[in-house]
Amino acid sequence: MPTARIRLPAGIKKGEVIEVKTLVTHAMESGQRKDANGQVIPRKILNKFVCTYNGKEIFRADLWPAISANPYIAFFIKAADSGTLDFAWTDDDGSVIKESAKIEVT
Amino acid sequence: MTAKELGMDLPPALSRRIVLIGAAGLASGLIAGRDATAQALQPGAHVQVLNKLVGGKKATPGRIKLRIPEIAENGNTVPMTVSVDSPMTPDNYVKAVHIVTDNNPRPEVSSFYFTPANGKAEVSTRIRLAETMHVIAYAELSDGSVWSDQAEAKVTIGGCGG
Repeated sequence: MPTARIRLPAGIKKGEVIEVKTLVTHAMESGQRKDANGQVIPRKILNKFVCTYNGKEIFRADLWPAISANPYIAFFIKAADSGTLDFAWTDDDGSVIKESAKIEVT
Repeated sequence: MTAKELGMDLPPALSRRIVLIGAAGLASGLIAGRDATAQALQPGAHVQVLNKLVGGKKATPGRIKLRIPEIAENGNTVPMTVSVDSPMTPDNYVKAVHIVTDNNPRPEVSSFYFTPANGKAEVSTRIRLAETMHVIAYAELSDGSVWSDQAEAKVTIGGCGG
């Protein structure tokens, strides 16, 4: 079962630009490897990442097999309001890993 | 090059100084030469991929900074940070950053799409490098301009997992 972790800094001030660190467990099988019988292990990666902030998409990424296993993506947001950050990673098989984080600004 | 070869007859101490100055000049020339080649993209599939991603716009070196370790011990997970010099305001922001490599089985690595709500155009991730190669980044700005940077990582253990 994949697990996603989100890390935000503590004590966020309104309007501050903060780093959002995300990590999700996934093999990111590249489609380049072979198993013990010499058969190519089919590609199975997370190919898309989206972050929404209070329902609005603010950051998106297209990923290819050159992204390491257990993808780590860190980016910045302007903490304009308190609310929710939603994260979604889309697998090659169509399934979506979702995680969210509360953001409190003072 | 020694003083004698230059046809000069100088006291040994001074002649050594000239040799040192010459060596320093040569070294700085080599460094400048390395910078110049670092900015020139070698043609290949990766450049075609980049050009397609930015709709054929011409990229100028600058504004974007790609940081990877010079020597990556493990090609399976090489930390990479890309940042673009931009105020990230609604009328002047970075729309996208595209990353490719010139020696992986496929050139594409990732594309990141920013909005002014990011406040800062910087992203970090970890990438796979099959062997020693260049990583190239293009930044697409809201004014339509495209900027590029590239860096080379020497890889000790390849990241394709035989």
